[in-house]
Amino acid sequence: MLNRLKLAIAALALSASAALAAKDTITLGMVLEPPNLDPTAGAAAAIDEVVYANIFEGLTRFAPDGSILPALAESWEISDDGKVYTFTLHGGVKFHDGTEMDATDVKFSLDRARAPDSTNAQKALFAGIESVEALDPRTVRVTLKNPDGLFPFKMAWGDAVIVAPESIDKDATHPIGTGPFRFVKWVKGDRVEIEKNPDYWGTPVKLSHATFKFISDPNAAFAAMMAGDVDAFPNFPAPETLEQFKADPRFRVIVGSTEGETILSTNNKAGPLADIRVREAIAHAINRQEIIDGAMFGYGTPIGTHFAPHNPAYVDLRALSKYDPELSKKLLKEAGQEGLRLRLMLPPPTYARRGGEIVASQLRAVGIETEITNLEWAQWLEQVFKGKDYDLTIVSHTEPMDIGIYARPDYYFQYDNPAFRDLMDQLNLATDPTKRAAILGAAQAMIARDYVNGYLFQLAKTGVANAKIRGLWENAPTQANDLTGVYWEE
Amino acid sequence: MRARLPLQLLIGAAIFAAFALAALVSFLWVPHDVTALNIAAKLAPPSREYPLGTDHFGRDMLSMLMVGARTSIAVAILAVGIGMLAGVPLGLWAAARRGSLIDEIIMRGNDLVFAFPSLVIAILITAVFGPSATNAIIAIGIFNIPVFARVSRGAALSLWTRDFIMAARVAGKRAFRISLEHILPNIANVLIVQGTIQFSLGILAEAGLSYVGLGAQPPTPSWGRMLAEAQTMIYTAPRLAILPGLAIVLAVLGLNLMGDGLRDLLDPRLRRARQ
Repeated sequence: MLNRLKLAIAALALSASAALAAKDTITLGMVLEPPNLDPTAGAAAAIDEVVYANIFEGLTRFAPDGSILPALAESWEISDDGKVYTFTLHGGVKFHDGTEMDATDVKFSLDRARAPDSTNAQKALFAGIESVEALDPRTVRVTLKNPDGLFPFKMAWGDAVIVAPESIDKDATHPIGTGPFRFVKWVKGDRVEIEKNPDYWGTPVKLSHATFKFISDPNAAFAAMMAGDVDAFPNFPAPETLEQFKADPRFRVIVGSTEGETILSTNNKAGPLADIRVREAIAHAINRQEIIDGAMFGYGTPIGTHFAPHNPAYVDLRALSKYDPELSKKLLKEAGQEGLRLRLMLPPPTYARRGGEIVASQLRAVGIETEITNLEWAQWLEQVFKGKDYDLTIVSHTEPMDIGIYARPDYYFQYDNPAFRDLMDQLNLATDPTKRAAILGAAQAMIARDYVNGYLFQLAKTGVANAKIRGLWENAPTQANDLTGVYWEE
Repeated sequence: MRARLPLQLLIGAAIFAAFALAALVSFLWVPHDVTALNIAAKLAPPSREYPLGTDHFGRDMLSMLMVGARTSIAVAILAVGIGMLAGVPLGLWAAARRGSLIDEIIMRGNDLVFAFPSLVIAILITAVFGPSATNAIIAIGIFNIPVFARVSRGAALSLWTRDFIMAARVAGKRAFRISLEHILPNIANVLIVQGTIQFSLGILAEAGLSYVGLGAQPPTPSWGRMLAEAQTMIYTAPRLAILPGLAIVLAVLGLNLMGDGLRDLLDPRLRRARQ
C-alpha cells in the first residue's frame, strides 16, 4: 500500500515537472483588436502590438530601451554628405512563405510606402527618400533628398517593415514576414495565434506558440488574469487593481514608461477654441496631478508639452500651463467667453473615460460647461480623427517622437503654424545631436506657448504578468509586444 | 365595508416612498456636490462626513445615490407616461372597433413591437441617436406602448358586453364618449397596477442602459453607471458596487410589492373573494 502511494506520488511529481519544463507557450492580453494585420497600411497601434518584431522586421529595429539595433540590415554606411545610406542585408533570410528576402524586396517596400497612392499611416517617415536602388541581392542604396541623421530610427518603425511583393495583397489578413514567429490564425473578435518560425535566420525564439487575446473590458481583463486564462497583460486597462496584483505572489506588476503623450486634444478651428486665450484658459484650468491620481491611480508623469519626459531632449514646460483657475476665469472674461459650452468626446480607454470626467469637473470650476459623449473606437476615428467634428477629446499619442504631427495642418487638431513647419524642416536637415536638441526644445516651447492642446500626462506602461515570465519589455519605446526574448523561468 | 390595506402594499409603498423622498430632497439639498470631484478623498470609508463613503473620484456615495434615484425615477416615470399616453388610447380604440381592420392593424403593430427584444432595440435607438437620458426615455417608452395597449384593450373588451354600456349605446352615445366616460374609469385600476409594474421595469431598463453606457451621460449620476464603474474595484472597495446594486434591487422590489398590493386592493373580484 505504502509502495503504491510512493509510486503515485513519484508519478505525480514527474508529470508535474514535465509540465513545468514544457511550458513554452504564452497568452498575451490586449485591450484592442487590430483592424488588420498589415503594419504598412494602418494607423492602429494594435497592429504593431501583434506583428512588430514577431512577424515583420524592418531594416533596423527598436531595442527595449528605445535605442536602434540592426535587424534585416546587418550594417549600413553613410556617405560623407549624410545623404546616401548603403545597407548591407543579412544573407539567407526567407519570408514565411519560403520566398527569399533580398534587396528587391527592400526596394519594393520602401517605394510602396512612399508612393503617392500609398496608404501608409506614417508617410512622413519616407518623405525624405529620393531614390532606392538594389545594387545586388544583399546591398541597398537609399539616396535622401537632404541629410538625415535619423534615417535608421525612421526605418525601425512598424510602418517601415519589409514586405514581399508576392504576399503583400494578403498581409492584411494573413501576414507573411521574415520574423521569428509566423502567423497561424486570426479568430476575429477573439484572438490571433502565432507560432515559432523554424527557418528563422537569426537567434531562434524560446517560445513555440503565442496567442494574443483581445479583451477590451477592464473587468473581463481582470478576471482573465486572475483565472490564468491570460499569462500577461502588457498594457493592463484597470490601474485600480494593480495594488491587488502586487500583493499576489503569482503576479508581477511591470511599471514602465511609454511614448504615449496623453493630451486633451483641442480642435483649433472650432469656434471659440480658435482664440488662443480660450485655449490658454483651458490649460490653466487643468490640474494634472488630480487627473493622474483620479484616473490612473497615480501612474503617469505630468507633461507640459507634447514630448516624452524620458527623452534627453525633453524640456519641462509645465510652468506655462500651471494650474491657476483664477487666471483661467480672467482669460475667459477677456475673450468674452463666459458661459462657454464645449463638446468633449471620449474614446473607450480608461484614461480617457475617467480622465474626461475629471477634466469636465475642472473645466466646470472655471465656468466652461462640457457635454460628454462616450464613443467607441470606430466612431471616434470616424467622427473625431477623420471628420474633425469635435471640440475636445482625450487620447494618448503612443508613437515615438511624434511632435511632427503638429506640422500637419490637416491633422485632427488643425494646428496651422508655418513657423512650426519651418522648425520641423530644420529638424529633418539637422544631424548634429546638440542642434537637434535645440530645435526640438524650440518646437516643444512653440506648441506649449500656442496652447495647441491641453498636455496632461505621459502614459505609464502598467503591465501585469505571471511572475515566472521573463523578457517582456518594461518600457514601450514603440507600440509593440516583442516576444523574441520572452521565456518561462523554470 | 372597507377592505384592509394589504401588507405588501404598505411595505412596498414605504420602500418606494423612501426613494422618492430621497430623490425629491436631492433637488434642494445633497450632503456633497456630485459634480465636484475630490480626488484627495477618493475611496474613503464611511465616516461622519461621508455616511456611505466616497467613490473612486472622491464623490459622496450618499449624494450620488440620491441624485441617481432622481435620474432613475424621472426616466421611468416619463417612459411609463409615454407608454400610457400612446398605449391606452390605442387599446381603447381597438376595443371600440373590435374585429375591424383598425383593431387588426393596432394589435398586429403591437405584436410587431413585442416581437423585438426590448433591450436590444433600446440599445439600437440610443446607438443611432446618441446616448442620453432623453433617448433612453424614448427607447423605454416605446416598449411600454404595446403593454398598455393590450392591457387596456383586454379590459375594455370585457366591459363592452356589459349592460351599462349597452344602456349608454341605446342612449345614443358614440363609441368615443363611451370609451372616455364609461370604459376608461372602469379600467383605471388595471392601468394603475400595470403602471406600477412597468415603472419598476423602467427603473431596471434605465439601470441596464446606463450600465452599458447608453443612459444618462456623466456627470449625471445614475445607478447603472455607478455599478459599471465599480466593477473593477469590487475586491478593493465592494461598497461601491453593493450600494447602487442594493438601491436598484430595493426600488424594484418596493414597486413590485406595491403593484401586487394595489392589485389586491383595486381588483373588485379579488376584493370580493377576500370579504
